[in-house]
Amino acid sequence: MLRTSAAIAAGKLARAVARRRGGGSAMPGLVAERIDPKILGHALGGLPGGIVVVSGTNGKTTTTRMLVALLRAHGHSVFTNPTGSNFTRGVISALLGEVGLRGRPVADMAVLELDEAHALKFADAVTPTHALLLNVARDQLDRFAEIDHTAKLLAQLASRTSTGVVINRDDSFVARSADGVKTGVRVDYFGVDASIAHRLPELMEQDTRLDDDYVVPPAGAGDVLLKPRDERAFDILLGADGVGGSVGPVELKQRGLAAMINATAATAMARQLLGGSFDPVRAASALASVTAPFGRGEVIDADGAPLELVLVKNPAGFTVALSTYGSTPVRTMIAINDNYADGRDVSWLYDVSFESLRTIGVALTSGVRAYDMALRLQYDEVAVDAVEPDLAAALDRFLAARDGQPARIFCTYTAMMTLRRILAERYDLPAFGEEATS
Amino acid sequence: MSEESTKGEVHVVHLYPREMSIYGDLGNTRAMVSRLTRHGYSPVLHQHHPGAPFPEQAHLVLGGGGQDSGQARVEADLEVIAPRLSELAAAGTPMLMICGMYQLFGNAFVTVEGKRLPGLGILDVTTQGNAKRMIGPVVLSTDFGDVVGYENHSGSTRLGSGQAPFGTVRSGFGNNGEDQTEGARTGNVVGTYLHGPILPANPAFADALIGYAAELATGRPFEPGTLDDAFADQARTRQVRRLVG
Repeated sequence: MLRTSAAIAAGKLARAVARRRGGGSAMPGLVAERIDPKILGHALGGLPGGIVVVSGTNGKTTTTRMLVALLRAHGHSVFTNPTGSNFTRGVISALLGEVGLRGRPVADMAVLELDEAHALKFADAVTPTHALLLNVARDQLDRFAEIDHTAKLLAQLASRTSTGVVINRDDSFVARSADGVKTGVRVDYFGVDASIAHRLPELMEQDTRLDDDYVVPPAGAGDVLLKPRDERAFDILLGADGVGGSVGPVELKQRGLAAMINATAATAMARQLLGGSFDPVRAASALASVTAPFGRGEVIDADGAPLELVLVKNPAGFTVALSTYGSTPVRTMIAINDNYADGRDVSWLYDVSFESLRTIGVALTSGVRAYDMALRLQYDEVAVDAVEPDLAAALDRFLAARDGQPARIFCTYTAMMTLRRILAERYDLPAFGEEATS
Repeated sequence: MSEESTKGEVHVVHLYPREMSIYGDLGNTRAMVSRLTRHGYSPVLHQHHPGAPFPEQAHLVLGGGGQDSGQARVEADLEVIAPRLSELAAAGTPMLMICGMYQLFGNAFVTVEGKRLPGLGILDVTTQGNAKRMIGPVVLSTDFGDVVGYENHSGSTRLGSGQAPFGTVRSGFGNNGEDQTEGARTGNVVGTYLHGPILPANPAFADALIGYAAELATGRPFEPGTLDDAFADQARTRQVRRLVG
């Protein structure tokens, strides 16, 4: 325990320094991990309510926030990694803020979002009791190379989970993970009701989903299904046709089908964790109260008119973002960087259809690959008014010409960090990672 | 547009769009169809899927990269259409094969375990599978000027003694990370590892392929239109400047 205490003390110091500098969220975790590689196991092992890992390509941050809100609404004290720093070091960094030197967080459960590879690294240190597997899409190719490989990582996570897994029944790549779970581990599914199954293709990458032999099985009593009422309101059916009741109607603060599916996934996991104490009324109000995470449709009041920042990082995510926001066209800017955290290959822009932007066009493209983005739009016959690679200059031009109208910026990760920093200075916003806790 | 008002039909065949088009390679097909139209021709696009008959007319053939699972799904069909592809290649039909399809157009792919999987042999290249992946942005010198793209492959490719490369590496790994060659070119058939996708950002190369295809389709020399490639030229020259100064 002495080593853990030393690691935590050093990590806490690094965290204090990093926060004063407004810097990254993973560095303090790195410091603590260097001193005590087993720090995660010591700090998290044996939380009575369980250790839940949320993984998959898209929607981790949103789903994690929703699941935490659901569990807190049912009276649980939940430790989570709230900054979207979904590597193990990010988890350790988050822990450092909440533990005493003995290393135990003041919580009875942990809900952690981890990307596919780090989820396995985490499982090396601590066995997850529960895993929520969202989806597989092409993302960060420099890291994972192939989508088949990513699906295998999720299946391994499922096989190393001790108590229960919740799996996306509509994603053939993910649904197969059920085959490898240990005997006695409970498996539940989330998905969409048959009435909207035809809309799933807009969320998935067509090119990589081969028309293979996978058929979505009939829904069982443990399955949790999304059934929208309209563009904003929806119900979550517990069991096929709602035999076990339903949650809703719910209206989320975040728009779009993808967010509704995230809410369904979180509800399925909460129901598995809470069992008989799951309360549909509490669940509905908890989901409705969840605010959009940073960069997932965050709205900034910029000189009295809303400015929306939307993070895009892969074809499926960009396609979802366009279908979510495309129905209400507003003045648009797209900022594409190709640093490591963005994914260095911009080929993926050709796997997204931008036709929905044709009616209003794009006011500006920006970022290191501003001209590649403009070229991509040209091939979809979307008019581009201007190209300005410099993000600060582009933001100035974009805001100056908008005439008090709402506006939206689609941006890759590092472009968003830069834009967010400029906007934070101008409009006195909380710094990244300093979001109010819900 | 009626046949009379255009400069002629050009038949474009996209090989295995479902199985072999990863990393935006669909963008190459999109670019070719769009540019043919803007040059005043009537493109006719054929998506060739495994098991389907090969289109009767083919003036330009495109193929992309895939995952191992995708590659396995096309091998049987590729064997069936191999004679037709060889015949078209010998007749001067322009073809662009990216990454996985480039490897399949070679003599063989030798797996890490030493198993030799035969290819079509249209390009005299042999690829050795290895554990190291070659990933990153690329700049080449080619007969079509500077070409930029992005490579992501674990196969290491060697050219046969008389085989010309597609280009010389100015930045990046290329065929094998050692001999500065990238891709292969025989007649109008080009194999390369470059995604990006390669054609939108390199219009001079795209138009060269279109030129061969148009001539083959119409029997007349290529009659190019005037295209605005300002965005593509900016995108490319900026990448060249970033990577090789």
